[in-house]
Amino acid sequence: MSNNLTDLTVAEIRDGFRGGDFSAREVAEAFNANVAGAKALNAFIVETPEKALEAADAADKAKAAGEALGALAGVPIGMKDLFCTEGVQTTAASHMLEGFTPTYESTVSGKLWAAGAGMLGKLNLDQFAMGSSNETSYYGNVISPWRRGGGDNAALAPGGSSGGSSSAIAARLCPAATGTDTGGSIRQPAAFTGISGIKPTYGRCSRWGIVAFASSLDQAGPMARTVRDNAILLETMSGFDPRDSTSLDLAVPQWEANLTSDLKGKKVGIPKEYRPDGLNAEIAALWDRGIEWLKDAGAEVVEVSLPHTKYALPTYYIIAPAEASSNLARYDGVRYGQRDLPDGAGLQDMYAATRALGFGPEVKRRIMIGTYVLSAGFYDAYYTQAQKVRALIARDFEQAFEKCDLLLTPTAPSASFALGEKQADPLAMYLNDVFTVPASLAGLPAMAVPGGLDSQGLPLGLQIIGKALDEQTVLNAGLAIEERAGFNARPDKWW
Amino acid sequence: MSIDLQTVKKIASLSRISVTDAEAEAMVPELNNILGWVEQLGEVDVTGIEPMTAVIPNHQRLREDAVTDGDVRDKVLANAPQAEHGFFAVPKVIE
Amino acid sequence: MTESTYRIQGATGEWEVVIGLEVHAQVTSQAKLFSGAATAFGAEPNTQVSLVDAAMPGMLPVPNRECIRQAVRTGMAIDAQINKWSRFDRKNYFYADLPQGYQISQLYHPIVGEGQIEITLDEKNPDSSTKTIGIERIHVEQDAGKLMHDQHPTRSYVDLNRSGVALMEIVSKPDMRSPAEAGAYLSKLRTILRYVGSCDGNMDQGSMRADVNVSVRRPGEEFGTRTETKNVNSVRFVMAVVEHEASRQVDVLEAGGKVVQETRLYDPDRNETRSMRSKEDAHDYRYFPDPDLLPLELDDAFLEECRQSLPELPDAKRQRYEQALGLSAYNAATLTADADTARWFEALLAEGARIQKKSEGEVAKASANWLLSELYGALNRLGKSLEDSPVGPEEGAELLALVADGTISGTIAKQVFEIMLETGDRAPKIVEEKGLKQTSDTGAIEAAVAKVLADNGDKVEQYKAGKDALFGFFVGQTMKAMQGKANPQVVNELIKKALA
Repeated sequence: MSNNLTDLTVAEIRDGFRGGDFSAREVAEAFNANVAGAKALNAFIVETPEKALEAADAADKAKAAGEALGALAGVPIGMKDLFCTEGVQTTAASHMLEGFTPTYESTVSGKLWAAGAGMLGKLNLDQFAMGSSNETSYYGNVISPWRRGGGDNAALAPGGSSGGSSSAIAARLCPAATGTDTGGSIRQPAAFTGISGIKPTYGRCSRWGIVAFASSLDQAGPMARTVRDNAILLETMSGFDPRDSTSLDLAVPQWEANLTSDLKGKKVGIPKEYRPDGLNAEIAALWDRGIEWLKDAGAEVVEVSLPHTKYALPTYYIIAPAEASSNLARYDGVRYGQRDLPDGAGLQDMYAATRALGFGPEVKRRIMIGTYVLSAGFYDAYYTQAQKVRALIARDFEQAFEKCDLLLTPTAPSASFALGEKQADPLAMYLNDVFTVPASLAGLPAMAVPGGLDSQGLPLGLQIIGKALDEQTVLNAGLAIEERAGFNARPDKWW
Repeated sequence: MSIDLQTVKKIASLSRISVTDAEAEAMVPELNNILGWVEQLGEVDVTGIEPMTAVIPNHQRLREDAVTDGDVRDKVLANAPQAEHGFFAVPKVIE
Repeated sequence: MTESTYRIQGATGEWEVVIGLEVHAQVTSQAKLFSGAATAFGAEPNTQVSLVDAAMPGMLPVPNRECIRQAVRTGMAIDAQINKWSRFDRKNYFYADLPQGYQISQLYHPIVGEGQIEITLDEKNPDSSTKTIGIERIHVEQDAGKLMHDQHPTRSYVDLNRSGVALMEIVSKPDMRSPAEAGAYLSKLRTILRYVGSCDGNMDQGSMRADVNVSVRRPGEEFGTRTETKNVNSVRFVMAVVEHEASRQVDVLEAGGKVVQETRLYDPDRNETRSMRSKEDAHDYRYFPDPDLLPLELDDAFLEECRQSLPELPDAKRQRYEQALGLSAYNAATLTADADTARWFEALLAEGARIQKKSEGEVAKASANWLLSELYGALNRLGKSLEDSPVGPEEGAELLALVADGTISGTIAKQVFEIMLETGDRAPKIVEEKGLKQTSDTGAIEAAVAKVLADNGDKVEQYKAGKDALFGFFVGQTMKAMQGKANPQVVNELIKKALA
């Protein structure tokens, strides 16, 4: 165990606090100090050191009194600023919601606080979770703590949209954080920063109180440095919520207790369509190592086909903007958020001015695309067709899972890139999600785990995709990779 | 299906996002680029395929008919840019 | 089914009007369609609003079982196809009374499909013609909030109390051909909804309002271009809209113009419709399935419960009143036109049969006559409705039983009823206390008859000379002498005997 409290994992903090190695307050103070000292990363929109201390003191008091402790007592975490938090500004990284203070707590954040976790702050993200590099936030870019080797000081993207979460965890500003994943927003930033993150099966985590991007795709999930930590957090975050019609009415499995890296009897599918011509050689090589690691853990490897893979991204870029164009219609300057009322403006003028002011360019672009694909005369050609192709993509997975128990793929087509590098070309940015989007469209659990560093010294991740509701196999395979990859690289502190 | 400046302006208006002429012009190639790319979906044979409705098999639950919420006017109005006499206020609407 | 002969006489010939109605009926429920906020009418602004109704970020809809159930029951009541698989769609548009920026509705897969309603142009006239009006669909959707324009010189105020209240939109086929048919359809629909209990039908509180689609054409030709007049909130106004809008369209066409497909508004003060140009902003609602909700799948048990819970419906009830109870067509129609009246009548009937130990059929006619003439007359005088009648069905049945068993005469019953209305006392007590029991004591009556005949010797002469009408005079005088308490049958017999 490290002497530095901020190097500890969630499991280590939990157990050390329970065992009396340190107090919860010491932990909270140590992370608060790291947060305060890392302004250069711009990972937080709002810092809430007092919340972290409050939860820590409550945990210390409960422990001293011999009371039962919550599953996350003594553990401070970061909260993506897409989760509504009662009394704490929630912006979705937009100007639109600047100053918006919810009078309610999202189901997932509420479960975490009820389990004893403390909030270090609200983490930056791509505006309304739309982006893959954290360059669309109204509150400025998040900077990855990683840098390329050889004295290249270019600021790198922490991935997106959960880039505040990934950057903060990699930089030891928090041991874990929440993320949300619509097309890869947990997995791609995790891969870019050398951490782990899991998007559970659609419906495991309640969407109630999470600012919506695309309802049929949005799923919350944890991000942390270890697979075990992800299992611990996911157990608390999951569970049936009668306030969310799409919530799954199922008991939450004991993922942590059932963790094992023994994959005997499991078949790993390798989808051939994920190895297109021109796949980055270092990523291809890592993928091959990953296959070997899973074999070493006892799994059998089979090749499978997911024939509609190439259509996943265009399908996603119809469905997600369509849903977003409607989900974001409520931001109109009437009941909350910004209002822009030019002189003499009528109601409809106020809407147009408010939304022009409150939304950033990428959000506007997606609303416009969504509006267009749903508009009269185009609905069937775009939206209905996309929902049919989506059904085919889901069927591909079902058929593949007749031959295997899980799939192993790369998480992203490249390592982290420099900020500004892809901003000019939205389409090039969208291609970042090529490996993560298919599982989102099919609602399947999928996880990113770090596999190693590339030749520039930047982390690369592997993705495990499981059958619906089979988070356990996903986590177990993640653990098998984690143990064999021995990934312990960390960014040198420059901030 | 390529879109022109007029269409961009119409979409912006439907989306209630005011755009300047310059902004609209810049959006024409950008949106065409994206739309041209998603149109490759047209080549997929979807004969006999039903559009997806629920990603994970699940059925719609129904609530019991009971008053369990409301009576929270302060919370409802707490973040309003303009609230007066218990109402949200907007520029006068002429119907 | 008879063809309507309603025609508009234009300068260039005859025109026929074609009418379809889209009726928005508020579903009777405690809570809103997708939130747990209350639906009661008349609350302080924004007090019946949940965070879901205000469309706060991250809020999600969960449907109310009762609203779904009521829509299904309504569908069953109009003999419609019930869709076991339906779905909610979003209708996207921006307005200050629509917090989400979309209305959750059902476009592609409504919960209720085609059905029908039979209308009678003159319910009270048994020979009046009937017509079947097709129903296209019923779907469930959210109501919008309310804008107030008169509270501030430069601002409108938004009240979201109605936002999210469940509505059924009941869409007719364009099957109506006259103002009277449109009026009869709306009345009949209201009656059915009130019977089913799925909508209270309070049109003045906005619980029911109609969008009236009107077009005109030369008889037998293709449909013309229609206009839609929004939110018309009474049967009378619907008829006025049809009449006005049809003649306006005829004027436009005959002047060589074209009818513009548009949304119009009815101004009851001026009795005219006018174009709502302010809302004519190119509509493109971008409907798509609401991704926050799953398809609605109804199982057989749910449908069976809906069916079992349906009451006897107005058409069946009217038929039963005529055939099994032997009521006149007029009385049957009047008693069944409103669910509350029928309920009151049936309580009166049940109680009457119980007290008198007779079948309902045996007490039906007297009960119906008393309700429709005596009770209604009294209520009219008092300005009260059946609902707040000072005399209930039980008290009424007691009074009628006293007449039926000969304790009091019909004339005395009227007096007793007046006292009941004034004092709230019950009939047997009044009769007892005031000594109003009628007598069949032949001795006393014979004496009275003898005196009447003796006092009116001249009239007896005339009667015997053939002036039969004087018989009634002798009866009246005898009754008067007996202070109304003589059994009229006995009086009749004794007078006949005395004059024989």
